[in-house]
Amino acid sequence: MKALCWHGKKDIRCDTVPDPQIEEPRDAIIKVTSCAICGSDLHLFDGFMPGMEHGDILGHEFMGEVMEVGSGNHKLKVGDRVVVPFTIVCGECEQCRRGNYSVCERTNPNKEMADKAFGHTTAGLFGYTHLTGGYAGGQAEYVRVPYADVGPVKIPDGLSDEQVLFLGDIFPTGWQAAVQCDIQPTDTVAIWGAGPVGQFAARSALLLGAKQVVVIDRLPERLAMAEAGGAIPINFEEESVLERLGELTGGRGPEKCIDSVGMEAHATRSIDSFYDRAKQAMMLETERPHVLREMIYVCRPAGTLSIPGVYGGVADKIPFGPLMNKGLTVRTGQTHVNRWTDDLLRRIREGQIDPSFVVTHTVGLEDGPEMYRTFRDKEDGCIKVVMKPQGVH
Amino acid sequence: MDMQASANQAVPSAATARQTRSAHAFARGLGWFSIGLGLAELVAPKAVARAIGMDGREDLIRAYGLREIAAGIGILGSEHPGPWMWARAGGDALDLATLGVQVPRSDGNLETVSAAMAAVAGVTVLDVACARALTREETRRQSYVDEYRRRSGFSKPPEQMRGAARSDFKAPADMQAPAALRPYGAGEGSGPA
Repeated sequence: MKALCWHGKKDIRCDTVPDPQIEEPRDAIIKVTSCAICGSDLHLFDGFMPGMEHGDILGHEFMGEVMEVGSGNHKLKVGDRVVVPFTIVCGECEQCRRGNYSVCERTNPNKEMADKAFGHTTAGLFGYTHLTGGYAGGQAEYVRVPYADVGPVKIPDGLSDEQVLFLGDIFPTGWQAAVQCDIQPTDTVAIWGAGPVGQFAARSALLLGAKQVVVIDRLPERLAMAEAGGAIPINFEEESVLERLGELTGGRGPEKCIDSVGMEAHATRSIDSFYDRAKQAMMLETERPHVLREMIYVCRPAGTLSIPGVYGGVADKIPFGPLMNKGLTVRTGQTHVNRWTDDLLRRIREGQIDPSFVVTHTVGLEDGPEMYRTFRDKEDGCIKVVMKPQGVH
Repeated sequence: MDMQASANQAVPSAATARQTRSAHAFARGLGWFSIGLGLAELVAPKAVARAIGMDGREDLIRAYGLREIAAGIGILGSEHPGPWMWARAGGDALDLATLGVQVPRSDGNLETVSAAMAAVAGVTVLDVACARALTREETRRQSYVDEYRRRSGFSKPPEQMRGAARSDFKAPADMQAPAALRPYGAGEGSGPA
Protein backbone atom coordinates (compact mmCIF):
# COMPACT_ATOMS: atom_id res chain seq x y z
CA MET A 1 0.00 0.00 0.00
CA LYS A 2 0.95 3.66 -0.25
CA ALA A 3 1.75 5.59 2.92
CA LEU A 4 3.44 8.82 3.94
CA CYS A 5 6.65 7.88 5.71
CA TRP A 6 9.08 9.93 7.78
CA HIS A 7 12.67 9.68 6.62
CA GLY A 8 14.21 12.50 8.62
CA LYS A 9 13.85 16.19 9.17
CA LYS A 10 11.87 17.76 6.30
CA ASP A 11 11.93 14.46 4.45
CA ILE A 12 8.55 12.83 4.07
CA ARG A 13 7.90 10.48 1.18
CA CYS A 14 4.96 8.63 -0.28
CA ASP A 15 6.33 5.08 -0.08
CA THR A 16 5.07 1.63 -0.90
CA VAL A 17 4.98 -0.38 2.33
CA PRO A 18 3.52 -3.73 3.44
CA ASP A 19 -0.22 -3.81 4.15
CA PRO A 20 -1.13 -3.89 7.85
CA GLN A 21 -2.31 -7.14 9.42
CA ILE A 22 -4.48 -7.99 12.40
CA GLU A 23 -2.07 -8.54 15.29
CA GLU A 24 -4.32 -8.65 18.33
CA PRO A 25 -7.90 -9.89 18.81
CA ARG A 26 -9.24 -6.39 19.48
CA ASP A 27 -7.68 -4.92 16.30
CA ALA A 28 -9.38 -3.73 13.15
CA ILE A 29 -8.00 -2.88 9.73
CA ILE A 30 -9.40 0.33 8.26
CA LYS A 31 -9.38 1.36 4.63
CA VAL A 32 -8.61 5.06 4.95
CA THR A 33 -10.97 7.24 2.91
CA SER A 34 -9.79 10.59 4.32
CA CYS A 35 -6.90 11.71 6.45
CA ALA A 36 -5.47 15.09 7.34
CA ILE A 37 -2.21 16.78 8.18
CA CYS A 38 -2.30 18.10 11.73
CA GLY A 39 -0.33 21.08 12.98
CA SER A 40 1.38 18.71 15.41
CA ASP A 41 2.59 16.61 12.45
CA LEU A 42 4.66 19.64 11.52
CA HIS A 43 6.68 19.21 14.73
CA LEU A 44 7.71 15.80 13.36
CA PHE A 45 8.34 17.24 9.89
CA ASP A 46 10.54 19.96 11.35
CA GLY A 47 12.39 17.48 13.57
CA PHE A 48 11.43 19.00 16.90
CA MET A 49 9.92 15.86 18.42
CA PRO A 50 12.31 13.10 19.46
CA GLY A 51 11.61 9.43 18.94
CA MET A 52 10.91 9.14 15.22
CA GLU A 53 12.53 6.38 13.18
CA HIS A 54 13.30 6.05 9.50
CA GLY A 55 10.23 4.74 7.66
CA ASP A 56 7.62 5.49 10.35
CA ILE A 57 4.16 5.97 8.87
CA LEU A 58 2.71 9.34 9.82
CA GLY A 59 -0.79 10.55 10.53
CA HIS A 60 -3.21 10.60 13.43
CA GLU A 61 -6.28 12.22 11.85
CA PHE A 62 -8.06 9.68 9.70
CA MET A 63 -11.29 7.83 9.03
CA GLY A 64 -12.48 5.12 6.76
CA GLU A 65 -14.21 1.81 6.31
CA VAL A 66 -13.65 -1.30 8.41
CA MET A 67 -12.12 -4.03 6.24
CA GLU A 68 -11.30 -6.65 8.83
CA VAL A 69 -11.80 -7.15 12.55
CA GLY A 70 -9.99 -9.30 15.07
CA SER A 71 -11.68 -12.23 16.77
CA GLY A 72 -12.08 -10.35 20.03
CA ASN A 73 -13.64 -7.23 18.56
CA HIS A 74 -17.40 -7.29 19.01
CA LYS A 75 -18.03 -3.60 18.46
CA LEU A 76 -17.13 -3.20 14.80
CA LYS A 77 -18.10 -5.15 11.73
CA VAL A 78 -16.77 -5.13 8.21
CA GLY A 79 -18.20 -2.22 6.26
CA ASP A 80 -18.69 0.09 9.25
CA ARG A 81 -17.68 3.68 8.58
CA VAL A 82 -15.61 5.03 11.45
CA VAL A 83 -13.59 8.02 12.61
CA VAL A 84 -10.58 6.96 14.66
CA PRO A 85 -9.49 9.18 17.58
CA PHE A 86 -5.78 9.96 17.60
CA THR A 87 -5.40 8.65 21.15
CA ILE A 88 -5.37 4.87 21.47
CA VAL A 89 -7.34 3.87 24.53
CA CYS A 90 -8.00 0.59 26.31
CA GLY A 91 -11.20 1.70 28.02
CA GLU A 92 -10.40 -0.38 31.08
CA CYS A 93 -7.53 1.18 33.02
CA GLU A 94 -8.15 3.57 35.89
CA GLN A 95 -7.48 6.64 33.74
CA CYS A 96 -9.81 5.51 30.96
CA ARG A 97 -12.54 4.77 33.47
CA ARG A 98 -12.17 8.33 34.75
CA GLY A 99 -12.43 9.70 31.21
CA ASN A 100 -8.77 10.68 31.11
CA TYR A 101 -8.30 8.84 27.85
CA SER A 102 -5.21 10.69 26.66
CA VAL A 103 -3.28 9.29 29.61
CA CYS A 104 -4.45 5.70 29.19
CA GLU A 105 -2.03 3.53 31.14
CA ARG A 106 -2.01 0.50 28.87
CA THR A 107 -1.79 1.43 25.22
CA ASN A 108 1.79 2.62 25.01
CA PRO A 109 4.00 -0.43 24.46
CA ASN A 110 7.07 1.78 24.89
CA LYS A 111 6.08 2.68 28.43
CA GLU A 112 9.64 2.61 29.72
CA MET A 113 10.78 5.17 27.16
CA ALA A 114 7.82 7.44 27.95
CA ASP A 115 8.38 7.02 31.70
CA LYS A 116 11.90 8.31 31.25
CA ALA A 117 10.83 11.26 29.13
CA PHE A 118 7.67 12.33 30.96
CA GLY A 119 7.92 10.68 34.36
CA HIS A 120 4.94 8.48 33.56
CA THR A 121 3.60 7.18 30.29
CA THR A 122 0.69 8.64 28.38
CA ALA A 123 -1.60 6.93 25.88
CA GLY A 124 -0.34 5.44 22.65
CA LEU A 125 -0.86 7.71 19.66
CA PHE A 126 -1.07 6.94 15.97
CA GLY A 127 1.93 7.98 13.89
CA TYR A 128 3.49 10.11 16.57
CA THR A 129 6.95 8.93 17.62
CA HIS A 130 8.08 5.83 19.46
CA LEU A 131 7.67 7.70 22.73
CA THR A 132 3.94 7.19 22.26
CA GLY A 133 4.10 3.64 21.02
CA GLY A 134 5.51 3.82 17.51
CA TYR A 135 2.11 2.89 16.05
CA ALA A 136 1.80 3.19 12.28
CA GLY A 137 -0.26 6.24 11.38
CA GLY A 138 -3.24 6.79 9.14
CA GLN A 139 -1.75 8.80 6.29
CA ALA A 140 -1.93 5.59 4.35
CA GLU A 141 -4.30 3.49 2.29
CA TYR A 142 -4.86 1.13 5.22
CA VAL A 143 -4.14 1.25 8.92
CA ARG A 144 -4.24 -1.18 11.82
CA VAL A 145 -6.29 0.19 14.69
CA PRO A 146 -5.45 -1.43 18.03
CA TYR A 147 -8.09 -1.56 20.78
CA ALA A 148 -10.57 -0.91 18.00
CA ASP A 149 -13.44 -2.05 20.19
CA VAL A 150 -13.07 1.15 22.24
CA GLY A 151 -11.88 4.20 20.32
CA PRO A 152 -13.41 4.29 16.83
CA VAL A 153 -16.59 6.29 16.44
CA LYS A 154 -19.22 4.85 14.09
CA ILE A 155 -20.51 7.39 11.61
CA PRO A 156 -24.12 7.34 10.46
CA ASP A 157 -25.09 7.76 6.82
CA GLY A 158 -25.68 11.18 5.39
CA LEU A 159 -22.58 12.94 6.62
CA SER A 160 -19.58 13.60 4.39
CA ASP A 161 -16.04 12.66 5.41
CA GLU A 162 -15.17 16.35 5.70
CA GLN A 163 -18.01 16.91 8.17
CA VAL A 164 -16.88 14.18 10.58
CA LEU A 165 -13.16 13.59 9.97
CA PHE A 166 -12.11 16.19 12.52
CA LEU A 167 -13.96 14.38 15.32
CA GLY A 168 -10.76 12.36 15.58
CA ASP A 169 -8.67 15.27 16.80
CA ILE A 170 -8.95 18.97 16.09
CA PHE A 171 -12.66 19.50 16.78
CA PRO A 172 -12.59 17.77 20.19
CA THR A 173 -9.24 19.45 20.85
CA GLY A 174 -10.68 22.91 20.25
CA TRP A 175 -13.79 21.94 22.20
CA GLN A 176 -11.84 20.61 25.21
CA ALA A 177 -9.67 23.72 25.15
CA ALA A 178 -12.81 25.82 25.55
CA VAL A 179 -14.57 23.45 27.98
CA GLN A 180 -11.64 23.37 30.37
CA CYS A 181 -11.83 27.18 30.52
CA ASP A 182 -15.22 26.74 32.20
CA ILE A 183 -16.50 29.69 30.17
CA GLN A 184 -18.95 32.06 31.79
CA PRO A 185 -21.22 34.51 29.92
CA THR A 186 -19.13 37.42 31.19
CA ASP A 187 -15.83 36.00 29.95
CA THR A 188 -13.50 37.28 27.30
CA VAL A 189 -11.66 34.31 25.80
CA ALA A 190 -8.41 35.13 24.02
CA ILE A 191 -7.07 32.47 21.66
CA TRP A 192 -3.54 32.53 20.32
CA GLY A 193 -3.25 30.91 16.89
CA ALA A 194 -5.87 30.85 14.13
CA GLY A 195 -4.83 27.48 12.77
CA PRO A 196 -7.34 24.61 12.71
CA VAL A 197 -7.38 24.05 16.48
CA GLY A 198 -7.69 27.79 17.10
CA GLN A 199 -10.61 27.94 14.66
CA PHE A 200 -12.44 25.17 16.51
CA ALA A 201 -11.55 26.60 19.91
CA ALA A 202 -13.01 29.96 18.84
CA ARG A 203 -16.27 28.42 17.63
CA SER A 204 -16.48 26.24 20.74
CA ALA A 205 -15.96 29.26 22.99
CA LEU A 206 -18.75 31.06 21.16
CA LEU A 207 -21.11 28.08 21.45
CA LEU A 208 -20.27 27.88 25.15
CA GLY A 209 -21.37 31.47 25.54
CA ALA A 210 -18.26 33.64 25.89
CA LYS A 211 -19.04 37.35 25.86
CA GLN A 212 -16.10 38.01 23.55
CA VAL A 213 -13.86 35.65 21.64
CA VAL A 214 -10.58 37.16 20.46
CA VAL A 215 -8.22 35.38 18.06
CA ILE A 216 -4.58 36.39 17.66
CA ASP A 217 -2.55 35.53 14.56
CA ARG A 218 -0.64 37.27 11.78
CA LEU A 219 -2.13 35.73 8.63
CA PRO A 220 -5.04 37.69 7.17
CA GLU A 221 -6.76 34.65 5.66
CA ARG A 222 -6.72 32.79 8.98
CA LEU A 223 -7.97 35.83 10.86
CA ALA A 224 -10.71 36.22 8.24
CA MET A 225 -11.86 32.66 8.93
CA ALA A 226 -11.80 33.30 12.69
CA GLU A 227 -13.81 36.48 12.19
CA ALA A 228 -16.34 34.49 10.15
CA GLY A 229 -16.87 32.36 13.25
CA GLY A 230 -17.68 35.38 15.39
CA ALA A 231 -14.21 36.18 16.76
CA ILE A 232 -12.54 39.55 17.08
CA PRO A 233 -9.24 39.32 15.17
CA ILE A 234 -5.92 40.73 16.33
CA ASN A 235 -3.05 40.75 13.84
CA PHE A 236 0.02 40.80 16.07
CA GLU A 237 2.17 42.11 13.26
CA GLU A 238 -0.03 45.17 12.93
CA GLU A 239 -1.04 45.98 16.50
CA SER A 240 0.02 45.37 20.08
CA VAL A 241 -1.66 42.30 21.53
CA LEU A 242 -1.39 43.64 25.08
CA GLU A 243 -2.84 47.02 24.21
CA ARG A 244 -5.67 45.63 22.11
CA LEU A 245 -6.66 43.04 24.72
CA GLY A 246 -6.53 45.81 27.30
CA GLU A 247 -8.91 47.91 25.21
CA LEU A 248 -11.30 45.02 24.73
CA THR A 249 -11.46 44.16 28.43
CA GLY A 250 -11.46 47.58 30.04
CA GLY A 251 -7.83 47.09 31.05
CA ARG A 252 -8.51 43.96 33.12
CA GLY A 253 -7.30 41.31 30.68
CA PRO A 254 -9.11 38.27 29.30
CA GLU A 255 -10.47 35.89 31.93
CA LYS A 256 -9.62 32.85 29.80
CA CYS A 257 -6.61 32.35 27.50
CA ILE A 258 -6.08 29.48 25.07
CA ASP A 259 -2.71 28.57 23.53
CA SER A 260 -3.42 26.79 20.27
CA VAL A 261 0.07 27.44 18.93
CA GLY A 262 2.43 25.24 20.92
CA MET A 263 6.13 24.73 20.58
CA GLU A 264 6.78 26.41 17.23
CA ALA A 265 5.50 29.92 17.85
CA HIS A 266 6.32 32.19 14.94
CA ALA A 267 9.04 34.68 15.73
CA THR A 268 7.62 38.05 16.59
CA ARG A 269 9.68 41.19 16.90
CA SER A 270 9.98 40.54 20.62
CA ILE A 271 13.33 39.75 22.19
CA ASP A 272 12.13 36.48 23.68
CA SER A 273 11.30 35.13 20.21
CA PHE A 274 14.88 35.62 19.05
CA TYR A 275 16.12 34.11 22.31
CA ASP A 276 13.97 30.99 21.79
CA ARG A 277 15.00 30.64 18.16
CA ALA A 278 18.66 30.76 19.10
CA LYS A 279 18.33 28.32 22.00
CA GLN A 280 16.21 25.92 19.96
CA ALA A 281 18.75 26.00 17.14
CA MET A 282 21.49 25.11 19.63
CA MET A 283 19.31 22.33 21.09
CA LEU A 284 19.30 24.07 24.48
CA GLU A 285 15.52 24.39 24.51
CA THR A 286 12.84 22.31 22.81
CA GLU A 287 10.09 24.94 22.84
CA ARG A 288 9.46 28.49 21.63
CA PRO A 289 7.01 29.46 24.36
CA HIS A 290 6.32 33.10 23.49
CA VAL A 291 2.57 32.48 23.65
CA LEU A 292 2.78 30.98 27.13
CA ARG A 293 4.68 34.01 28.41
CA GLU A 294 2.23 36.43 26.81
CA MET A 295 -0.80 34.56 28.16
CA ILE A 296 0.56 34.52 31.70
CA TYR A 297 1.28 38.24 31.50
CA VAL A 298 -2.01 39.32 29.98
CA CYS A 299 -4.50 37.01 31.71
CA ARG A 300 -6.78 38.51 34.32
CA PRO A 301 -5.87 37.45 37.86
CA ALA A 302 -7.68 34.26 38.94
CA GLY A 303 -8.16 33.47 35.25
CA THR A 304 -7.52 30.24 33.39
CA LEU A 305 -4.89 29.26 30.86
CA SER A 306 -5.90 26.39 28.61
CA ILE A 307 -3.11 24.81 26.58
CA PRO A 308 -4.06 22.44 23.76
CA GLY A 309 -0.95 23.50 21.81
CA VAL A 310 1.63 20.72 21.72
CA TYR A 311 4.87 21.03 23.69
CA GLY A 312 7.52 18.34 23.73
CA GLY A 313 10.18 18.99 26.34
CA VAL A 314 11.57 21.94 28.25
CA ALA A 315 10.75 25.62 28.02
CA ASP A 316 12.84 28.52 29.31
CA LYS A 317 12.01 31.84 30.92
CA ILE A 318 8.46 31.00 31.89
CA PRO A 319 7.30 33.87 34.14
CA PHE A 320 6.31 31.70 37.06
CA GLY A 321 6.12 34.65 39.43
CA PRO A 322 3.20 36.26 37.64
CA LEU A 323 1.60 32.85 37.14
CA MET A 324 1.73 32.14 40.87
CA ASN A 325 0.93 35.60 42.16
CA LYS A 326 -2.04 36.05 39.85
CA GLY A 327 -3.46 32.71 40.95
CA LEU A 328 -3.91 31.44 37.44
CA THR A 329 -5.28 27.99 36.74
CA VAL A 330 -3.39 26.03 34.09
CA ARG A 331 -5.22 23.29 32.22
CA THR A 332 -3.54 21.31 29.53
CA GLY A 333 -3.08 17.83 28.10
CA GLN A 334 -3.67 15.86 24.98
CA THR A 335 -7.35 15.62 24.19
CA HIS A 336 -9.57 13.01 25.82
CA VAL A 337 -11.20 12.56 22.42
CA ASN A 338 -13.73 9.88 23.29
CA ARG A 339 -15.08 12.02 26.08
CA TRP A 340 -16.51 14.45 23.55
CA THR A 341 -17.14 12.58 20.32
CA ASP A 342 -20.76 11.51 20.90
CA ASP A 343 -21.84 15.00 21.90
CA LEU A 344 -19.97 16.68 19.05
CA LEU A 345 -21.28 14.17 16.49
CA ARG A 346 -24.78 15.03 17.68
CA ARG A 347 -24.07 18.73 17.20
CA ILE A 348 -22.87 18.06 13.66
CA ARG A 349 -25.92 15.94 12.86
CA GLU A 350 -28.23 18.62 14.25
CA GLY A 351 -26.53 21.19 12.05
CA GLN A 352 -25.23 23.32 14.89
CA ILE A 353 -21.77 23.25 13.36
CA ASP A 354 -20.26 21.87 10.17
CA PRO A 355 -16.51 21.28 10.64
CA SER A 356 -15.85 21.15 6.90
CA PHE A 357 -15.52 24.94 6.92
CA VAL A 358 -11.85 24.56 7.82
CA VAL A 359 -10.81 22.46 4.79
CA THR A 360 -8.80 24.48 2.30
CA HIS A 361 -6.93 21.83 0.30
CA THR A 362 -8.05 18.37 -0.79
CA VAL A 363 -5.36 16.27 -2.46
CA GLY A 364 -4.29 12.70 -3.12
CA LEU A 365 -1.83 10.94 -0.84
CA GLU A 366 0.93 11.33 -3.41
CA ASP A 367 0.71 15.12 -3.01
CA GLY A 368 1.16 14.76 0.76
CA PRO A 369 4.90 15.48 1.00
CA GLU A 370 4.45 18.70 -0.96
CA MET A 371 1.45 19.71 1.12
CA TYR A 372 3.44 19.28 4.34
CA ARG A 373 5.67 22.09 3.09
CA THR A 374 2.76 24.22 1.92
CA PHE A 375 1.00 23.80 5.28
CA ARG A 376 4.21 24.41 7.24
CA ASP A 377 4.97 27.58 5.27
CA LYS A 378 1.31 28.67 5.38
CA GLU A 379 1.37 29.22 1.64
CA ASP A 380 -1.54 29.33 -0.79
CA GLY A 381 -4.02 30.16 1.97
CA CYS A 382 -3.44 26.73 3.47
CA ILE A 383 -5.27 26.10 6.74
CA LYS A 384 -6.28 22.44 6.59
CA VAL A 385 -5.18 19.74 4.18
CA VAL A 386 -7.33 16.66 3.66
CA MET A 387 -5.83 13.75 1.75
CA LYS A 388 -7.73 11.02 -0.05
CA PRO A 389 -5.64 7.82 -0.04
CA GLN A 390 -8.16 6.07 -2.29
CA GLY A 391 -7.95 8.94 -4.80
CA VAL A 392 -9.57 12.35 -5.19
CA HIS A 393 -12.96 12.06 -6.89
CA MET B 1 -25.59 25.66 4.82
CA ASP B 2 -23.78 28.53 3.19
CA MET B 3 -20.53 27.46 4.80
CA GLN B 4 -20.72 23.98 3.30
CA ALA B 5 -21.26 25.47 -0.11
CA SER B 6 -18.22 27.67 0.24
CA ALA B 7 -16.11 24.76 1.46
CA ASN B 8 -17.04 22.83 -1.67
CA GLN B 9 -16.08 25.79 -3.81
CA ALA B 10 -12.60 25.97 -2.28
CA VAL B 11 -10.32 27.84 -4.63
CA PRO B 12 -7.00 26.50 -3.29
CA SER B 13 -5.82 23.20 -4.71
CA ALA B 14 -2.73 21.06 -5.06
CA ALA B 15 -2.04 22.92 -8.32
CA THR B 16 -2.24 26.40 -6.81
CA ALA B 17 -0.14 25.22 -3.86
CA ARG B 18 2.47 23.95 -6.32
CA GLN B 19 2.49 27.24 -8.25
CA THR B 20 2.93 29.20 -5.03
CA ARG B 21 5.76 26.93 -3.88
CA SER B 22 7.50 27.20 -7.27
CA ALA B 23 7.26 30.99 -7.31
CA HIS B 24 8.73 31.22 -3.82
CA ALA B 25 11.52 28.75 -4.62
CA PHE B 26 12.30 30.71 -7.80
CA ALA B 27 12.36 33.94 -5.78
CA ARG B 28 14.70 32.43 -3.21
CA GLY B 29 17.08 31.40 -5.98
CA LEU B 30 17.06 34.90 -7.43
CA GLY B 31 17.48 36.36 -3.95
CA TRP B 32 20.68 34.38 -3.40
CA PHE B 33 21.86 35.30 -6.90
CA SER B 34 21.25 38.94 -6.05
CA ILE B 35 23.31 38.69 -2.87
CA GLY B 36 26.13 36.85 -4.67
CA LEU B 37 26.27 39.38 -7.48
CA GLY B 38 26.07 42.26 -5.03
CA LEU B 39 28.95 40.89 -2.97
CA ALA B 40 31.05 40.46 -6.12
CA GLU B 41 30.32 44.08 -7.13
CA LEU B 42 31.13 45.29 -3.66
CA VAL B 43 34.29 43.28 -3.08
CA ALA B 44 35.76 43.16 -6.60
CA PRO B 45 34.40 46.16 -8.49
CA LYS B 46 37.41 46.36 -10.77
CA ALA B 47 37.03 42.83 -12.00
CA VAL B 48 33.31 43.29 -12.52
CA ALA B 49 33.90 46.59 -14.34
CA ARG B 50 36.39 44.92 -16.64
CA ALA B 51 34.03 42.01 -17.29
CA ILE B 52 31.19 44.27 -18.43
CA GLY B 53 33.26 46.87 -20.22
CA MET B 54 32.81 49.65 -17.68
CA ASP B 55 36.38 50.30 -16.55
CA GLY B 56 36.69 53.35 -14.34
CA ARG B 57 33.12 53.16 -12.99
CA GLU B 58 34.01 51.19 -9.86
CA ASP B 59 32.17 53.52 -7.47
CA LEU B 60 28.96 53.12 -9.42
CA ILE B 61 29.40 49.35 -9.46
CA ARG B 62 29.91 49.33 -5.68
CA ALA B 63 26.69 51.30 -5.26
CA TYR B 64 24.85 48.89 -7.52
CA GLY B 65 26.32 46.05 -5.44
CA LEU B 66 24.72 47.50 -2.32
CA ARG B 67 21.42 47.74 -4.18
CA GLU B 68 21.66 44.08 -5.21
CA ILE B 69 22.40 42.97 -1.65
CA ALA B 70 19.48 45.00 -0.28
CA ALA B 71 17.13 43.45 -2.83
CA GLY B 72 18.44 39.97 -2.06
CA ILE B 73 17.95 40.39 1.68
CA GLY B 74 14.48 41.77 1.05
CA ILE B 75 13.53 38.81 -1.13
CA LEU B 76 14.92 36.19 1.25
CA GLY B 77 13.74 37.84 4.44
CA SER B 78 10.19 38.72 3.48
CA GLU B 79 7.16 36.47 3.50
CA HIS B 80 5.78 38.64 0.73
CA PRO B 81 8.75 38.97 -1.63
CA GLY B 82 6.74 40.28 -4.59
CA PRO B 83 7.53 43.99 -4.10
CA TRP B 84 11.21 43.17 -3.56
CA MET B 85 11.24 41.17 -6.78
CA TRP B 86 9.74 44.11 -8.66
CA ALA B 87 12.45 46.26 -7.07
CA ARG B 88 15.02 43.86 -8.47
CA ALA B 89 13.42 44.10 -11.91
CA GLY B 90 13.59 47.89 -11.59
CA GLY B 91 17.27 47.56 -10.75
CA ASP B 92 17.71 45.46 -13.90
CA ALA B 93 16.23 48.30 -15.94
CA LEU B 94 18.69 50.70 -14.32
CA ASP B 95 21.55 48.31 -15.14
CA LEU B 96 20.42 48.13 -18.75
CA ALA B 97 20.15 51.92 -18.98
CA THR B 98 23.63 52.31 -17.48
CA LEU B 99 25.09 49.84 -19.96
CA GLY B 100 23.17 51.49 -22.78
CA VAL B 101 24.74 54.82 -21.94
CA GLN B 102 28.11 53.07 -22.05
CA VAL B 103 27.64 51.78 -25.63
CA PRO B 104 28.65 55.00 -27.49
CA ARG B 105 31.73 55.26 -25.24
CA SER B 106 32.73 51.65 -25.53
CA ASP B 107 35.83 52.21 -27.72
CA GLY B 108 36.50 48.69 -28.84
CA ASN B 109 34.62 47.23 -25.83
CA LEU B 110 31.34 47.05 -27.70
CA GLU B 111 31.29 43.27 -27.72
CA THR B 112 31.89 43.12 -23.97
CA VAL B 113 29.19 45.72 -23.21
CA SER B 114 26.75 44.02 -25.58
CA ALA B 115 27.36 40.67 -23.93
CA ALA B 116 26.77 42.25 -20.52
CA MET B 117 23.53 43.82 -21.77
CA ALA B 118 22.37 40.47 -23.13
CA ALA B 119 23.11 38.81 -19.77
CA VAL B 120 21.24 41.51 -17.86
CA ALA B 121 18.32 41.28 -20.28
CA GLY B 122 18.14 37.53 -19.66
CA VAL B 123 18.08 38.01 -15.90
CA THR B 124 15.47 40.75 -16.32
CA VAL B 125 13.17 38.32 -18.09
CA LEU B 126 13.52 35.89 -15.16
CA ASP B 127 13.00 38.63 -12.58
CA VAL B 128 9.86 39.94 -14.27
CA ALA B 129 8.47 36.43 -14.69
CA CYS B 130 9.07 35.71 -11.02
CA ALA B 131 7.66 39.06 -9.88
CA ARG B 132 4.52 38.47 -11.95
CA ALA B 133 4.08 34.99 -10.45
CA LEU B 134 4.44 36.41 -6.94
CA THR B 135 1.96 39.17 -7.70
CA ARG B 136 -0.52 36.58 -8.95
CA GLU B 137 0.00 34.67 -5.70
CA GLU B 138 -0.65 37.78 -3.61
CA THR B 139 -3.85 38.42 -5.55
CA ARG B 140 -4.91 34.83 -5.01
CA ARG B 141 -4.16 35.17 -1.30
CA GLN B 142 -6.43 38.18 -1.07
CA SER B 143 -9.16 36.19 -2.77
CA TYR B 144 -8.75 33.53 -0.07
CA VAL B 145 -9.25 36.18 2.59
CA ASP B 146 -12.51 37.15 0.93
CA GLU B 147 -13.60 33.53 0.60
CA TYR B 148 -12.68 32.45 4.14
CA ARG B 149 -14.56 35.42 5.54
CA ARG B 150 -17.71 33.53 4.51
CA ARG B 151 -16.75 30.28 6.25
CA SER B 152 -18.44 30.47 9.62
CA GLY B 153 -19.08 26.77 10.13
CA PHE B 154 -22.39 27.67 11.75
CA SER B 155 -25.89 27.19 10.42
CA LYS B 156 -26.89 30.68 11.60
CA PRO B 157 -25.02 33.97 12.00
CA PRO B 158 -22.43 33.70 14.79
CA GLU B 159 -24.27 36.12 17.05
CA GLN B 160 -27.26 33.77 17.06
CA MET B 161 -24.99 30.84 17.92
CA ARG B 162 -23.43 32.50 20.96
CA GLY B 163 -24.21 30.30 23.94
CA ALA B 164 -26.10 27.74 21.83
CA ALA B 165 -24.42 24.88 23.68
CA ARG B 166 -25.10 26.24 27.18
CA SER B 167 -28.59 24.78 27.26
CA ASP B 168 -27.44 21.20 26.77
CA PHE B 169 -23.87 21.11 27.96
CA LYS B 170 -22.27 21.48 31.37
CA ALA B 171 -18.52 21.37 31.86
CA PRO B 172 -17.62 18.15 33.67
CA ALA B 173 -16.78 18.60 37.33
CA ASP B 174 -13.08 18.03 36.80
CA MET B 175 -12.92 20.85 34.27
CA GLN B 176 -14.85 23.44 36.20
CA ALA B 177 -12.86 26.18 37.83
CA PRO B 178 -12.83 25.93 41.63
CA ALA B 179 -15.54 28.12 43.10
CA ALA B 180 -13.01 30.47 44.67
CA LEU B 181 -11.57 31.14 41.22
CA ARG B 182 -14.91 31.82 39.56
CA PRO B 183 -15.55 35.38 40.72
CA TYR B 184 -16.77 36.49 37.33
CA GLY B 185 -19.51 33.95 36.63
CA ALA B 186 -22.14 35.46 38.86
CA GLY B 187 -21.48 39.02 37.85
CA GLU B 188 -18.86 41.57 38.68
CA GLY B 189 -17.99 41.91 42.33
CA SER B 190 -20.47 39.37 43.55
CA GLY B 191 -17.91 36.97 44.98
CA PRO B 192 -17.55 33.28 44.35
CA ALA B 193 -20.33 31.75 42.32
